[in-house]
Amino acid sequence: MAPVTDPDRRQRIIAVAGNPNSGKTTLFNALTGAHAKIGNYPGITVESRTAEAELPRAGRVTLVDVPGTYSLTARSPDEEVAINSLLGRKGLPRPDAVLVVLDAVALERSLFFLMQVMEFGLPVIAVVNMIDAARGEGIDLHFDALRLELGIPVVGTVARRRQGLELVREALDDLLDGKAHPSPGWLWEPGAELSRDLDAFDAAIREEVRFSLPSPAARRAFALWLLMSVTPHSELEVRPRLRDLALATRARLEAAGRDLAREAVAARYAKIDLLAPRLITRNPPRSHQTERIDAVLTHPLWGTAVFVTIMGLIFQTLFSWSEPFMGLIENGVGGLAGALRGLLPAGFLRDLLVDGVIAGVGGVLVFLPQILFLFLFISILEGTGYLARAAFLIDRLMRKLGLHGQAFVPMLSGYACAIPAIMATRTIDNRRDRFLTIMAVPLISCSARLPVYTLVIALTFPAARKIGFLSTGTLVLLGIYVLSSLLALLAVGLLGRTVFKGRPRPLLLELPAYRMPDPKTVLMVMWERSRAFLTTAGTVILVMTVVLWVLLSFPRAGAVPPGGPDAAAAQSEQLRHSYAGRIGGALEPVIEPLGFDWKIGIGLIGAFAAREVFVGTMGVVYGVGGGGDPADDTLREAMLRDRRPDGRPVWTPLTGVSLIVFFMIAMQCMSTLAVTRRETASWGWTLFMLGYLTAAAYLASLIVYQGGRALGFA
Amino acid sequence: MTLDLVQAGAAAELLDIDPCNGLRTRLMEMGLTPGTHLSVVRHAPLGDPIEIKVRGYRLSIRKQEAALIRCRPL
Repeated sequence: MAPVTDPDRRQRIIAVAGNPNSGKTTLFNALTGAHAKIGNYPGITVESRTAEAELPRAGRVTLVDVPGTYSLTARSPDEEVAINSLLGRKGLPRPDAVLVVLDAVALERSLFFLMQVMEFGLPVIAVVNMIDAARGEGIDLHFDALRLELGIPVVGTVARRRQGLELVREALDDLLDGKAHPSPGWLWEPGAELSRDLDAFDAAIREEVRFSLPSPAARRAFALWLLMSVTPHSELEVRPRLRDLALATRARLEAAGRDLAREAVAARYAKIDLLAPRLITRNPPRSHQTERIDAVLTHPLWGTAVFVTIMGLIFQTLFSWSEPFMGLIENGVGGLAGALRGLLPAGFLRDLLVDGVIAGVGGVLVFLPQILFLFLFISILEGTGYLARAAFLIDRLMRKLGLHGQAFVPMLSGYACAIPAIMATRTIDNRRDRFLTIMAVPLISCSARLPVYTLVIALTFPAARKIGFLSTGTLVLLGIYVLSSLLALLAVGLLGRTVFKGRPRPLLLELPAYRMPDPKTVLMVMWERSRAFLTTAGTVILVMTVVLWVLLSFPRAGAVPPGGPDAAAAQSEQLRHSYAGRIGGALEPVIEPLGFDWKIGIGLIGAFAAREVFVGTMGVVYGVGGGGDPADDTLREAMLRDRRPDGRPVWTPLTGVSLIVFFMIAMQCMSTLAVTRRETASWGWTLFMLGYLTAAAYLASLIVYQGGRALGFA
Repeated sequence: MTLDLVQAGAAAELLDIDPCNGLRTRLMEMGLTPGTHLSVVRHAPLGDPIEIKVRGYRLSIRKQEAALIRCRPL
């Protein structure tokens, strides 16, 4: 959802733009209240954030958080959203003012971005943030000179300490009142040839562009933006006539041996270099904090030790320390279900509420502890500047595996759960590597698969047998983890060479100065990620849970007596009779070559709610109750007693191995699909994930089972 | 020489960036324009990527891309 404006009472809109790591988000959070609205820009994976702020004179205004970019040239979805938000293209509201956040330490690079914004003639104020860090680096900034040379209001802040916010509010008020008389425009003059090229666009832009570019200078800026952004491969949405004109001009430039980057990019920096001595005085640094911390954190030995410790902590937290919280949620939901069951009269409605809706809500909420923990870590690491160092340290290794250094944390999180892991791919700055990582994450063995592995291993590998001092079960489990990691990497390799063809994107990673993270920003990240999950993926999960419940509970085989010796048998009868049971039966010919019978078929359908449900479903199918404890002997014995129609046992070691292989690969988790839908903003990619993993799982199990039979293991 | 060959701790002046891939414009936009002075801070423990300091900030790029950046030792 892009921000919508109400024509009757249109609030003023202020776009907040700037480089990544400039403290833009911290400033945004400091100026606004606690409630940012988040949504997705239509059709792309970029999130929009808007929030309200209170100005002394203008009253309530809407702030739009523009994605942080180094340039407005549109090569990535983020950059495309940035230009569209500033110009009010593609149905986005046109901002009344733009607040550009400059990084005081990297002022020159920030000025380049500011110049691009100013060229469009938008009312602009510049906020130089992190002036405390600049002082530490020995950088003195001359604000009067900045105002004079740029011709716009300039304010200094330390957003993390909430310093200078009043000045920002006043400057915005003056700008909205029209008191500031900003005269943004071009600070540099393109060469004669480039000027002619840009002016040739003027007539076409006037005709084609529906939004207002108020002056010839702004249209020139747009012409330059087209020239820089539209390439033969770019997927930018630009009107055909402008696109053709841009491509033709580009081709003509290249044929003439001209260098657009020099004429447009280096020319702006030449102006910045000319101004810099008047704006900045560089003294010897007073603080060597970042250097000193880096000496340890990127040290071959100590840096590796810290990296392993931090990653180990994340892993441990997600894998085991979030268990008690998940248990609390499960018990709470269970208690609520029990209470309702007692309160409501028996019947369809009660069952729908208790077994469908409440179970579904529980199934959604149970992911929250892991999401909160992971984003607590990520936002702290990002806020301190360590996340970039982690990518710097591990990039070479990850690259050998065909991934990006920034993909390490999401992949690691995948061992706990694919849901937070896929959400964490937002920290990967290019789309290709991000999508590739999303597609590979479900192959990593998450903790929900453990109960299934435990059950099947207990069935097929007697614990008494030992190899060395380890039981076979332990060894098999270890093998499963190693193999699943290798499979994830194999998928990365294959998909990276086929579906995501093209060169791996280069790494271009700023290593920001170390600083204390802003607590409000950390909390906002946790809150927004959780809310994003609950409102989008959560809805899908809830609906799917209810649908599954219907499949498993209808049509009714007869009343199930509560408790008593016949309850389990009746439950089992009900399940066989249900739609899911029939689907399981219909599935049997399809899954028979894998060594599965219709009972396992039902289990696979149930596992779609959450993989560990497989154990409980088996309990119900085998009529021993759906307690779902993989260590339960009664279930294991019942399963081992099971015979096929021809008298052979159902659960041979080969069936067990085949089932384990299937569970390792198959996409059996609707929550993962729901979160993939949210993070890719595409049903196409979601279905692709489901399709490729299901096909791969089927094929692998088929090879294992049929190969095993051929070798005489049946 | 090219940037990937500059020793950690040494400074260099950027001469030009090879236009063979689309990275040239992006690097220039981040302030790596001809004539800019930069220094190589360190190589990652595994040898790649490298960290450079340019225009007051730190940037990490891989050697593969650094090899496209021609520079003159200072």
